[in-house]
Amino acid sequence: MAAEKTQATAGKAAIRNQIEENLKRVYETVLQEPVPGRFAELLAQLRAQEQEAGR
Amino acid sequence: MTARTAPARTADPRDQLAGHLPKLRAFAISLCRNVAQADDLVQETILKAWGNIDKFDPATNLEAWLFTILRNTYYSTLRKTRREVPDIDGAHAAQQSEKPAHDGVLAFAEFQRAFDQLSPEHREVLILVGASGYSCDEAAGMMGVAVGTVKSRASRARKRLAELMHLDENEPLFAGTDGATHAVISRSVVAAA
Repeated sequence: MAAEKTQATAGKAAIRNQIEENLKRVYETVLQEPVPGRFAELLAQLRAQEQEAGR
Repeated sequence: MTARTAPARTADPRDQLAGHLPKLRAFAISLCRNVAQADDLVQETILKAWGNIDKFDPATNLEAWLFTILRNTYYSTLRKTRREVPDIDGAHAAQQSEKPAHDGVLAFAEFQRAFDQLSPEHREVLILVGASGYSCDEAAGMMGVAVGTVKSRASRARKRLAELMHLDENEPLFAGTDGATHAVISRSVVAAA
């Protein structure tokens, strides 16, 4: 009985580790993707608009 | 992350926005699992952050502030569309109920499919505390809930993921009752190492 319990706990820990590893991988995978240029353009545009208005 | 030197009075946190975009976008994609929608969300977040920068406290974490704007924007849109498209999660999940053939190479793809089927709230908590390295306290602040809620939600989300992947945490995984699952876990741990 005790051995089964230990195995179940080990199983739980293994699943949890497995989930954590995969979650990091999901996030890292999307983080590797290049950010589209439209955002840099948008920021430049916003800054330009503001400088225009401030003049 | 934050600059060590005290920011000059004239420092504009908006100059830092570009540097936060990769993580902001990764969070958006993780949250809504749709790149086009994620990019719209990022754009909306940039516009809101730009216009409301006076509400940002420079003593706090800019990235966390941006994440908060993004997730709030996402959920307010979701609240509107959820009423129009009821039970899309349930219908989608029902198609995926048979046990998939296990294979080490397929394990990550399978994990992603399971992750896609989670509710956005579950994906959010797992990405914030599991993958992007925020503490439960920080995540609680961003999600606008108590720390205990973050912990219980994360635990339910992990449980749901395990269910979707047909990993029963009450089964003695290493006792040989499910050798295929065991093999997948060992192989992918090795692959990930």
